[in-house]
Amino acid sequence: MQNYSFDDTYFLPLDPKKHEIAISTDDLNVYYGDNQAIFDASLQFERFKITALIGASGSGKSTYLRSLNRMNDNIASAKVTGKIMYRDLDINGSGIDTYEMRKHIGMVFQRPNPFSKSIYDNITFAPKRHGLKDKAKLDEMVETTLKEAALWDQVKDDLHQSALALSGGQQQRLCIARAIAMKPDILLLDEPASALDPISTSTVEETLIRLREHYTIIIVTHNMQQAARISDYTAFFHLGHVLEFNTTKEIFTTPKVKATDDYVSGHFG
Amino acid sequence: MNAKRSDKIATGVLYAMSGIIVLILALLLFYILANGLPHISWHFLTAPAQSFEKGGGIGVQLFNSFYLLILSMVISTPISIWAGIYLSEYAKPNRLTNIIRTSIEILSSLPSVVVGLFGFLVFAVQAGFGFSILSGALALTVFNLPLLTRNVEDSLRSVAFTQREAGLALGLSRWETVIHVILPEALPGIITGMILSAGRVFGEAAALIYTAGQSAPTLDFTNWNPFYIASPLNPMRPAETLAVHIWKINSEGIIPDAAAVSAGASAVLIIAVLLFNILARLIGNKVYKRLTGV
Amino acid sequence: MAEDKIRASLLKESKASKREKHGKILSFAAIGLIVIVVVAIFIFVATRGIATFTVDKGSLWDFFTKSQWNPGATDKSGHPLIGALPMIVGSFAVTLLSAVVATPFAIAAAIYMVEISPRRGYKILQPVIELLVGIPSVVYGFVGLSLVVPFIRNHFGGTGFGILAGTMVLFVMILPTVTSMSVDALRSVPRYYREASLALGATRWQTTYKVVLRAAVPGIMTAVIFGMSRAFGEALAVQMVIGNAALLPQNLVSPASTLTSILTMGMGNSVMGSVSNNALWSLALLLLLMSLLFNILIHRISKKGALH
Repeated sequence: MQNYSFDDTYFLPLDPKKHEIAISTDDLNVYYGDNQAIFDASLQFERFKITALIGASGSGKSTYLRSLNRMNDNIASAKVTGKIMYRDLDINGSGIDTYEMRKHIGMVFQRPNPFSKSIYDNITFAPKRHGLKDKAKLDEMVETTLKEAALWDQVKDDLHQSALALSGGQQQRLCIARAIAMKPDILLLDEPASALDPISTSTVEETLIRLREHYTIIIVTHNMQQAARISDYTAFFHLGHVLEFNTTKEIFTTPKVKATDDYVSGHFG
Repeated sequence: MNAKRSDKIATGVLYAMSGIIVLILALLLFYILANGLPHISWHFLTAPAQSFEKGGGIGVQLFNSFYLLILSMVISTPISIWAGIYLSEYAKPNRLTNIIRTSIEILSSLPSVVVGLFGFLVFAVQAGFGFSILSGALALTVFNLPLLTRNVEDSLRSVAFTQREAGLALGLSRWETVIHVILPEALPGIITGMILSAGRVFGEAAALIYTAGQSAPTLDFTNWNPFYIASPLNPMRPAETLAVHIWKINSEGIIPDAAAVSAGASAVLIIAVLLFNILARLIGNKVYKRLTGV
Repeated sequence: MAEDKIRASLLKESKASKREKHGKILSFAAIGLIVIVVVAIFIFVATRGIATFTVDKGSLWDFFTKSQWNPGATDKSGHPLIGALPMIVGSFAVTLLSAVVATPFAIAAAIYMVEISPRRGYKILQPVIELLVGIPSVVYGFVGLSLVVPFIRNHFGGTGFGILAGTMVLFVMILPTVTSMSVDALRSVPRYYREASLALGATRWQTTYKVVLRAAVPGIMTAVIFGMSRAFGEALAVQMVIGNAALLPQNLVSPASTLTSILTMGMGNSVMGSVSNNALWSLALLLLLMSLLFNILIHRISKKGALH
């Protein structure tokens, strides 16, 4: 791999008057023990848009994503410094209720991880725990979220079957349905299609494009075609540094940074 | 001697020694069952024991064994689950955790007679429970907790971390996620471990002779009010168990048919332990199937 | 405004966060209880056990070297007669002898199960070992009493009660533990050790003996010590066959005693706080310390083994 300068960067400025920012980070650094995984990452994510995070394995894109809803809190050796601004609050600061925050910043993981409960319970479990008891409302929630995730037609007669009996692609869409049942502001997706076959992948992609109407989506992907197909903005990560942030169109046609150019044209990664 | 020949001889010796182990078990089982089974009858299983005459049964002792077992499981199950959750979910790799783990290890390797004497001192004497079901159940809890806790911890750890992340990402606390998602998934392993330890507790005697006591007063099986002195449910009455009974009639040897009663009681104990083993497997598998729905 | 609500909710303590706090406290309390129990066991047994020497003026030297055990009485200089040597010798004798007998059998069975016939080992020996573990110790004691003791009496003389009977009962009792731990030790030897040796033309026995067993030594030693710790602490089964005479054993078939046997026999017949009672607690303390020592030994060995 060629050595690229970490100073050769480009960040498309987003005018706050024209673009509403849903969440942003300011000089975010992530450490695992003595190793630094993310260096001064500053990015802004526009509301109701899809932003893709791309980069080679080990570039830190997943680590960055997991920091946004503080999933790294659960790793004892991890330390995150810098600001994560959401609704005018630094949610990386103290005094923030992380459990409450994660209701609004949802996440879908790389490997489908449905609970070993029924399809119905997978979706209603968390809302019930958060205090929603009305059966009619829960039923309605199951139907709308499964429809949004393009799963309703396939499972509407088996809602009380175990979710583990579903195929991988269906499981992942169930996980998306489960996440949007919380009505989050922001949906973080960590390579949601990497464990799926091509057909399931394209269904998940269609789902995401539909979801953009109501959710701000940030997606980590290994698959550049996928980023090009579905995202509005793209950020390119390299060895823990964000080297370029631009509209997806620009990134894939006229990248400003040499490293981005090499990566998207397939020279490394 | 060449290498080939020594290989053959060694293999032969290994076969023989392994065979001897199988023979020992066969002999043990045969001896106990052949001597014990003929003695087992409905009368033997239900009649009260005799002190000086032939023909006594083990009814009260059998009841006591089950009652003690259930009571100690009721006490130790929640404690071991909470403690197991601490170890698998909250314990950080630091000195405190080391101390905790060492303590559990020490407790699990303590001779059960020491646990029994501690129970005698603390529960029977200091707390004033006397020789009673309650003292016995608490001593058995002490005896049982380390293994149960470790079993809970291992079972919880075997559930994928991604399941915990799924709960956390939905705004749930780690505790809720563990109680409502991870614990149900770990249940087959936990239940198997519980039943196996129940078998261990059922046969335990050394921890009981100075806590639950060595006498089995006649019980009135028509009065189940736990506050009535002869009630089977009264937790403050002394209660000799089946295992303690076997020990006692063999060490004191007053009853004339001690050998027959011991053989019968041993056979009952062994059959119970066997049943616990089989149950552990069956129920573990069944719960697993039901939970995963496959 | 809806947005302000979300912002405000982030700054308040949520239900989930309260539940987390309660859950953490509950789980910590449970684990704390276990630790407290362990500490309490040590404190209670130690204060009673030490009282023999501090309050009752017993001599520690007598305790370990004299063989007259009659704590209610005193010698010419007024010290209680607390010579625990017969019990100490008895405990160590049955422990060491049973380990000596059990170890070869355990290793043989482990080799059979891991190296020779894993399939049959799993089908036959595994359940046999699990059943042996499951048999309660009083049942071992009963069989020892009614089968082993008469056998010894008829073939080796004496009453049949004694170290030999205790050894035979303990041998069977610790055999399953030592075997299953030895199996784990052999299994943890990497496969390529065997492949390398076999590829050099060694026979299976040569490979097992010179390569696998040597690599598994720390694990097998741990297994044996674990078995010894079991044997040392076993009370009722031994008590039923050893004869319970607080005398120095003359031979393997003369009635003897162990720490545990005198403890179980005596505790019911002495008054709390009396000299004879305290002396029994001293035996319990010794038992406790030995259990601790076995524990430390196991730790040392497994740590050393891990360095390889």
